[in-house]
Amino acid sequence: MELEYLQDYWWLLIAVLGALLVFLLFVQGGQTMLFQRFAETERTMIIGSLGKKWELTFTTLVVFGGAFFASFPLFYSTSFGGAYWLWMLILFSFVLQAVSYEFRRKPGNLFGTRTYDCFLLINGCVGCILLGVAVGMMFFGAEFTVSMGNILDHGSPVISRWAPTHGLEAIACWKNLLLGVTVLMLARTLASLYMLNDIADDAFCAKLRRQTAVNGIVFVALFLAFLAVLLTQRGLTQTGPATFEWTDYKYLHNLLALWPATIAFAAGVLAVLWGIGGTMLRKSWRGGIWWAGAGTILVIIALFCYAGFNSTAYYPSLLDPQSSLSIRNSSSTKFTLTVMSWVSVIVPFVAAYIIVAWRKMDSVKVTATDSGH
Amino acid sequence: MENLVEVVDWSRWQFALTAMYHWLFVPLTLGISVIIGIMETIYYRTRSQRWLAITKFWMTLFGINFALGVATGIILEFEFGTNWSNYSWFVGDIFGAPLAIEGLLAFFMESTFIAVMFFGWKKVSPRFHLAATWLTAIGASISALWILIANAWMQYPVGMEFDPAQMRNVMDDFWAVAFSPVAMHKFFHAVMSGWVLSGVFVTGISAWFMLRGRNRAMAVSSIKIASAVGAIGMLGTLWSGDGSAVDVARVQPMKLAAMEGLYDGSAGQAISAFGILNPDKKPGDDQPDFLFNISIPKGLSFLATHDFDGYVPGINDLIEGRATGNDGKETATESYADRIAAGQRAQEALRQYDEARKAGDTAAMTDAAARIKADFRYFGYGYFDSPQQAVPPVAVTYYAFHIMVLAGGFLCLMLALTLWGAFRRPALLEKRWYIWLAIASIPIVWICSEAGWVTAEVGRQPWIIEGLMPVQAAVSDISAGSVQTTFWMFAVVFTAFLAAEMCIMARQLRKGAETDFEIEK
Repeated sequence: MELEYLQDYWWLLIAVLGALLVFLLFVQGGQTMLFQRFAETERTMIIGSLGKKWELTFTTLVVFGGAFFASFPLFYSTSFGGAYWLWMLILFSFVLQAVSYEFRRKPGNLFGTRTYDCFLLINGCVGCILLGVAVGMMFFGAEFTVSMGNILDHGSPVISRWAPTHGLEAIACWKNLLLGVTVLMLARTLASLYMLNDIADDAFCAKLRRQTAVNGIVFVALFLAFLAVLLTQRGLTQTGPATFEWTDYKYLHNLLALWPATIAFAAGVLAVLWGIGGTMLRKSWRGGIWWAGAGTILVIIALFCYAGFNSTAYYPSLLDPQSSLSIRNSSSTKFTLTVMSWVSVIVPFVAAYIIVAWRKMDSVKVTATDSGH
Repeated sequence: MENLVEVVDWSRWQFALTAMYHWLFVPLTLGISVIIGIMETIYYRTRSQRWLAITKFWMTLFGINFALGVATGIILEFEFGTNWSNYSWFVGDIFGAPLAIEGLLAFFMESTFIAVMFFGWKKVSPRFHLAATWLTAIGASISALWILIANAWMQYPVGMEFDPAQMRNVMDDFWAVAFSPVAMHKFFHAVMSGWVLSGVFVTGISAWFMLRGRNRAMAVSSIKIASAVGAIGMLGTLWSGDGSAVDVARVQPMKLAAMEGLYDGSAGQAISAFGILNPDKKPGDDQPDFLFNISIPKGLSFLATHDFDGYVPGINDLIEGRATGNDGKETATESYADRIAAGQRAQEALRQYDEARKAGDTAAMTDAAARIKADFRYFGYGYFDSPQQAVPPVAVTYYAFHIMVLAGGFLCLMLALTLWGAFRRPALLEKRWYIWLAIASIPIVWICSEAGWVTAEVGRQPWIIEGLMPVQAAVSDISAGSVQTTFWMFAVVFTAFLAAEMCIMARQLRKGAETDFEIEK
């Protein structure tokens, strides 16, 4: 197989993993509802419903990182080492999450249930917003330079260097934040839809429908704003092995040029709208999560395609455009990508057992008397 | 870059902190998942409510422990990027693959089926639940396999070549990476020691029940399974430990010398059973190595070469260019001064290659590439000014290794005694001295386990990749203050969660005992 084909294949796999991660952020979205005005039994049902799934989101984040490391190590090296504070805050919030589900109701947990609920709230907000910021840098750029020769400089041997604020400047960028808040509202919408499907309690489900409507409308408004910003944004086009040039309306060009992605994008948007709208309009319908979830996955895959394909720099450098990362200049070698491609053959099997386990676990709905947690 | 040394030191401390906390929880996950799997299998076959209660009790402790293992684990993976970004590029083409495979093969399996294991009792059939429990245990071991393949590769880099055009190493033999003998020994040593730790943990907790005079049936049943798993684990640990010692002697002789506090080696070298190192001793001086030392004649030669008269070099020997040959005899090799010179030649050739590439001079590129290839195996030495910089912290390595060996010896006897008591002399398990011994073994097994990792990781310093990249060339471009801040953030949070975990476990012990008490009635 040609190297370019493998690079494209792995970018697509990264897109799929990223899309699954965004879908599974419904866990984080649900966690942000813990301090809303719900009864204690309703809060217990939220935990019972999300508690079965949090590890899947967590694992998808870890695998997303691992896959990026294996396939595009220069991104791993540049982004994680550079945007140090951004990534550390994300990781810190996930550390808080990992113990909270298990510890929150256990006797002797030292800090009390509400503290662990606070941790879940922090992870819900910080995780969603900052992951959105991290992805935002793929469109709106980041302040870094890359120089391989630095490795021979004994006094300062680092090849990827970043602005001294190390990721805090990315959080302060309104465009990145716009995407971050959009992701948060999407996660809250998906959480409402997921719990509506998983919880058998009429009174609480009525509240979840209202949550779907409010969060869904805010999400759609934010998403349209993000789309407007993105399609008018300039981007970097790779014109040679190590040369990049700014192109106005780069992502609009990509949207028009990458028509299969655009079909997926349009289908995804319609599916999300159908999932939200159908839930608002049909009082007994609980299947909105599957439409909105599938739509989310399609839209995110399309956005990754716009970020990386059509000779686009998926990590534009604002300090030195020629340092930008593309799927051509930041990937692993043909040998490693081939090995990893063989490994990726097991993905359908992994997906199959996840689906089987998911269906079995969700076959018994969460109720006020049996939260399962 | 300001304060490179400070950044390197804080990055090392942060990684060490995370790794040591992570290793508090992982070995218990590796072993207790197997013990629980056996218990649930017995329940599945007998449908005995007593075995169901026993299974659920240990599963609760497993869940509490697992959460913190997951929390600390995510930091470790991402720290390769956040704190060691140069490393991530220099060998990412090789090192990233095991991490990705681990996620795909193991993490999804673990996270999917652990949810079934904890929340699926009323939702899936007993057969499916049992399968989920075993798949969780298998997933944990597969996860350990790929992590240890990655770790072993850092200590014994194989299956790759250097690409000067990209200034990084690239993989050219996946199977050499995946099945290096160092990786296999490390895997079995880590997993089997996890079985030992879990066997001792379950035995110790069960002994506590015996001490309280309650839940005797549950305690005795648990001890039988735990001691069997622990004893099998101990045999595996001894076998793989022997293999690891031979590996270290062959591929990391400086680490072995530090483990033994050995400066001047010989054929038929004695092994230090225990001693007190001379704190003023430096490589190359005439001071004695030890203030006090009890040694076993020819022991180290046998350990390292499986030959009582085999040659084992000390720190001074390695610096001066004496090593063990393939026949186990003394042989000459490059001195550390020569290696530093070779590393600097390789780095200079790489500079010339880069300039020739920019100038489009292919002849000069070919010439420089040949010179890089000739000296590349000592590339990392080019970052040093003196041979002493390539010597690991001897005291920490020595004491950690000997604590591991002494604690391991104690645990070996303790498990043998428990196995004998559990299956041949049940009255032993009632003796107060035995009960206290079993309870005291719990902290000892954790100290042993942590000491093993300290030996492995401190002993390989200053290398992040043996011979190719020292830690100072692997760091990220961040300030020491930033790393210091995140270090304390994680130190506080991990410590707080560890305290919470211990309190929860203490409460669960009382609660679990009550459950069993009711069943016994």
